[in-house]
This record gives sequence, C-alpha cells and structure tokens, in this order.
Amino acid sequence: MLHVAWNVMGMERKMMIRRDNPYSNKLGGMFKETSLKLDTLASGYILPDENRCVQCGICSFNCPINVDVRSHALRGLAIQESKCLTCGECVRRCPRGVLRFVYPD
Amino acid sequence: MMNYVIIGSGAAGIAAAGSIRREDSNSKIQVITNDPYGYYSRPGLAYLLAGEVPQDQLFPFNKGYFKEQNIQMVKATVQQILPDQHQLRIMDGSQIPYDRLLLSTGATASMPGVPGVELEGVVKLDNMEDADRILKNAQKARTAVVIGGGITALELVEGLAAGGIQVHYFLRGERYWSSVLDEVESKIVENRLIQDGIKIHYYTELEEILGKKGKVMGVIARQLQTRLQFDCQMVAFAIGIKPRVDLAVQSGLKTQRGVIVDEGLHTSQPDIFAAGDVAQVYDRLSGEYLLDSLWRPAIEQGWIAGLNMAGGNYIYEKKYPFNVTRLGGLITTIIGRVGKEILEENKANGDADVAGIMRGDSEVWRQQSLGIIAQTYEESNRIRLYVTPTYITGAVIMGDQTLSRPLQILIREQVDISLIRDTLLSPNYSLVNTLSKFWEEYTQKNA
Repeated sequence: MLHVAWNVMGMERKMMIRRDNPYSNKLGGMFKETSLKLDTLASGYILPDENRCVQCGICSFNCPINVDVRSHALRGLAIQESKCLTCGECVRRCPRGVLRFVYPD
Repeated sequence: MMNYVIIGSGAAGIAAAGSIRREDSNSKIQVITNDPYGYYSRPGLAYLLAGEVPQDQLFPFNKGYFKEQNIQMVKATVQQILPDQHQLRIMDGSQIPYDRLLLSTGATASMPGVPGVELEGVVKLDNMEDADRILKNAQKARTAVVIGGGITALELVEGLAAGGIQVHYFLRGERYWSSVLDEVESKIVENRLIQDGIKIHYYTELEEILGKKGKVMGVIARQLQTRLQFDCQMVAFAIGIKPRVDLAVQSGLKTQRGVIVDEGLHTSQPDIFAAGDVAQVYDRLSGEYLLDSLWRPAIEQGWIAGLNMAGGNYIYEKKYPFNVTRLGGLITTIIGRVGKEILEENKANGDADVAGIMRGDSEVWRQQSLGIIAQTYEESNRIRLYVTPTYITGAVIMGDQTLSRPLQILIREQVDISLIRDTLLSPNYSLVNTLSKFWEEYTQKNA
C-alpha cells in the first residue's frame, strides 16, 4: 500500500516537473515553435570548477528537481542531465562561485 | 596485500583513501577517526551556522560509499605511533598494524589564556560538534563577542548575526586581516559588517570573560587606555589554529610548525606520509616548508599521498594556493602571493588578531610578492594584482568574480603577460577591460 502511494507520488512529481518546466521539449506539437526556442535556451548547461568546490551541498539542497549537483561538482563534471532545468538556482546560491553557465556555440 | 592506515577522516584522509583504492582494489584500508561525525564538509559549517544549509546536507558521501569502496571507518583514538614495529597503539590498549601510514590529523583551534575561557558559552569553530554547540548556545544568547581574524572569525560573526544575535567584533589592530588584505579591502569588509549591524571595536584586547554559575555573562576588555565592560552570553574565538603534531612529535618524526614533508608527502620516517592541515609541505618557489589550511590543497595532498602510499612516485607542487570565501557577504578569491611578509621580529606589521595560521589560510599568501601592484576599485568590486615583468603572481578578487577563474588560470599556468603589462599598470586603462580582452585572446589561441 505504502509502496503504491510512493509510486503515485513519484509519477505526479515527474508530471509536475514536465508541466512546470518551460524548457521541456516534450510539449506536444502545438507548442513546437516555442519549444524550439526554449530548447536553444536549454542547450546551455552548468559547468562546475571542482577546484573551488568545498562540497557543502548548498547546490544540491537548492535544486528544485533534486539533481545531485554536488556529486558533479566534486568530480568537475558538466551537468548535462536532460532533467536539469538550467534554472540557475545552484549557480546563484553557491557561496564560492563554483558553478557557471556554458553556452555552446 | 598491503595494509593501509589513515589517521584522520578529513579532506586529506578521505581523498587518500580514494586514491589508494583506485590504485589497489584489494588491500585493506582503514581510516581511524575520533570525530563522531566522520567525513563532512568542514568549510560548509559556516553555511550551517548561517542557516543556508541543513546539517545532513554537509555529508557528501553516504555510508554506502565507504562500504562500496571497501574503506573501513574505525572509531578510535591513536595514542602512539611505533614506527619501528609499524604499529599504532590505540587508547583502549589495542594495537593496529600498518604497512603504510598517513597522518592527516588536521589542525585544532588555539584558545587564549584569558580567565573564564572554560565557561559554557565560550566557543570555537573547528568541527561539527563545535557548530552544534554554537547553534545550541545561540538559541538563548542575545549578545556575543567574537575575537580573532581571518575567515573563521567572520564565519562566526556572520553565523551568530544570522541567528539574530548582536555581535561585537574585537580587533586588536586598526583593521581586519591585515596580513592578506590591503587597507581598501579591509575597509570594504568592515563597512559591510557595520551595515549588517555588527559593532566593530578596534584596538581592543580581551582581558577577562565573566561568568555566573559556569556560564558566560560578560567580558572585560581594554581599548587603548579605556576599560570596557559589557554583558554577553557567548564569546567566540578564531585566533588561529595549530596543526595536530603530537603523534608525530612523540614518534620522532621531523616537525616544525607542522609535520615536515617533501613534495611526495613523505615524512622523515619511511612508510609514513602526511597531508592536509597537519603537513608542512616543501614549496619550491620559496625553498621553504609552508602550511596551508585549505580544502582543495588538502584534497590534492591527500590524493597524491595515497598514490605514493600505493607505490607511486608523484609530486605535489604547492605553487599558487587559492581560496574562495565570503567576507561580509562578498565573494572573495585570493590567489598566490599577495601579502607583505610578516617577520617575527616585526609583528606589528602583521596580523595582531591571530597567532600563526588560520583556517582557510595559506602561509604562501603572505610571502612577499616580487611584482608591483595593479589595482581597480569600484563600489564593492575590487581587483588587486601583483605583476612581475612577465607574470601575474598573486591576486585578490572581491565582489564581481567574472575574472577570478581567468586569473586563477593565468597565475597557475604562469601565462606571459608582458605584452599587456604596461596597460595593466597604467591608471589610464581599465584593468577589467585589459584582462578580459587578454583572456579572450588567450582562450581563443588555446582553444
């Protein structure tokens, strides 16, 4: 019973994310044009500089969709998960300027 | 099969455990620690105090990580190292054998000898237990006094202020962190603290902490010729740290301020290595052995010590240590050699608020830079560079951090800047524009 409840909540959360996510490319045909523009916007990603990171976890804590930003940051890996909204919350909150946006040409 | 033992579960120790495991997938790795919390982000304690992050967030690795890596965390206190027998004597009387040993015991906050220092409400910020104690005391406190300098003092000032406490900050001299910051930078920070409601007392020396029923109730201090007394419920100290060298001293390792190690992180005894805050590492630029108390160098030293413990032959070059921190809410990056040298006999020119090194500090920064200063200052944004005929050797970047990563690389890689040197030093050109343009061209060339 508990298990089912968890599952439903999980699905709801996923759906909410899609609905709330202005950058999602999974919106139907009706929104194709908007979606295209937003995809360009979303093609930017967040790149950490692991030399600056002290693993405090403020980034992961503030991520609205629970991406473990810190585990990327401490290995110096770009956050190129399709889930990442590039909302910039982690970039703004990081007290050490570890994270920045990268826009590929 | 090797038997690796690491004393201390901080940044250096855990990094070493990781690199040993990468090189050697089978051998036994034990991390001995007496910190009940194990491994956590020590710099993150500042953000815990400020209420920006909950405690459970400060643990980057869950228990599963250590299990997965087959790293054993042993809760124990080491009493003695027996280098000849390759054994550790534990407090409970047992012994732990080792083939390769890493000392990553860190550093501990110094406390002053003033009367009343044992009272409840007197705090420092070394570890998670201290942070717990501060948060607990802060719930009841209305007024607190902070004494000391450097990054930790401000972490305490800002953390306590974030808890709604009236903070009085005592400085012995005329300005904040005089060994690394210049007058302008100190003033920027101080003004921001004052705006946040902090009361700064200059030329002030604490004389006594007053108590009642074992708890802090006030302080007596001297400000030049005047005697000050006021009520407070907490007194926080950040007057410097001391590397924990006791074990090393007892077992006859070569020590000075810390445990002396070469660039391979070897101590004077075979099979014993040291890394992190406890290690006083050879610096080839100055030819001296210097201390750092920085997160990233601790990780790098730990990592290299681990590789060498597993039979490698790697070198840790101190080069240009840097740290990023928040001072009065301003992100500040310090890279390389930026200070005026503090000579023991000339202490008045140094930082009177701390003895020796602080957390988030490097002795390298205080090495006199050979270059001359180029600087810019606009509102709260400030850049100060040391420029030699060919290189930039040090930088302080306060506020806007756009140029801090480029400068970090230009300094670390010793990029030749002789072509823009005159422009950098000329007040007729914008330092920011010159650097930005140079960086753009540099990255294009090296793309």
